[in-house]
Amino acid sequence: MIAAVPRAATTADAFNAVAEPRRRQILDVLAGGERPVNDLVRALGLAQPQVSKHLRVLRAVGAVDVRGDGRQRLYRLNGRALKPIHDWVKDYERTWSERFEQLDVVLEGLKKTEGGGGGDE
Amino acid sequence: MTSSRSATVTLPTDEQILITREFDAPRHLVYEAWTTPELVKRWWHANRGEMTVAEIDLRVGGRWRYVMVADGGFEVAFHGEYREIVPNERLVSTEVYEAMPDAQALDTVTFAEENDRTLVTLLVQHTSKEHRDAHVESGMEDGLQDALDLLEQVAVSLR
Repeated sequence: MIAAVPRAATTADAFNAVAEPRRRQILDVLAGGERPVNDLVRALGLAQPQVSKHLRVLRAVGAVDVRGDGRQRLYRLNGRALKPIHDWVKDYERTWSERFEQLDVVLEGLKKTEGGGGGDE
Repeated sequence: MTSSRSATVTLPTDEQILITREFDAPRHLVYEAWTTPELVKRWWHANRGEMTVAEIDLRVGGRWRYVMVADGGFEVAFHGEYREIVPNERLVSTEVYEAMPDAQALDTVTFAEENDRTLVTLLVQHTSKEHRDAHVESGMEDGLQDALDLLEQVAVSLR
């Protein structure tokens, strides 16, 4: 289990901030739209101070925005802040996709050899 | 799910990378392409350079080493040791990116065949999130640092 007290590094960047499973859960809920903190407390089944602590970390890295609406504060996802994380994995995925496209070519060659040669061990 | 052309990369835990891809070929051929040096040289470069070394000593305790000279002229090298070999089914090996020798990962590749098609699953298990993140970053054109710099700007603008 990851301790409820954030490590110093968690607010340094969004990558660390979203490494914590509870914070990813908050982002998942907020992906459905803007929510007051009470909704998040209910959805996560955590005490409000813990949820607030996670929200502070997410706000510090810009992953969520907050605005006051009368007496409640509404939280929403900031997709722009999360884009680098998405891009980061996407670049790696692109490398593997291109690698596998080359492997497709190799496999087509092997299939032809096997089909034409026959009985090859 | 419909597209078998692109690899799917997910990060199941903080220390893992999971790569999956389906191939239109029976698994013994995929396994052959995966474990034969001359064949590996033809696909592993991912169009990012030329593979100058592909050594595969395919036995438990045997070593492998891949070297690629990237188009920018710099060399990237990886090596490891085979831990488990089930022909046509499963390969377990260590993997070290030689520029980061402390970050040794354990790779598990499985080949699952269905209707002459093969699903390849590659699980990369690191020992820390830092190593896992550095691994994902390796070979990237814009480093993670660029992404972090961008994030910081966004975060600062919100203060």
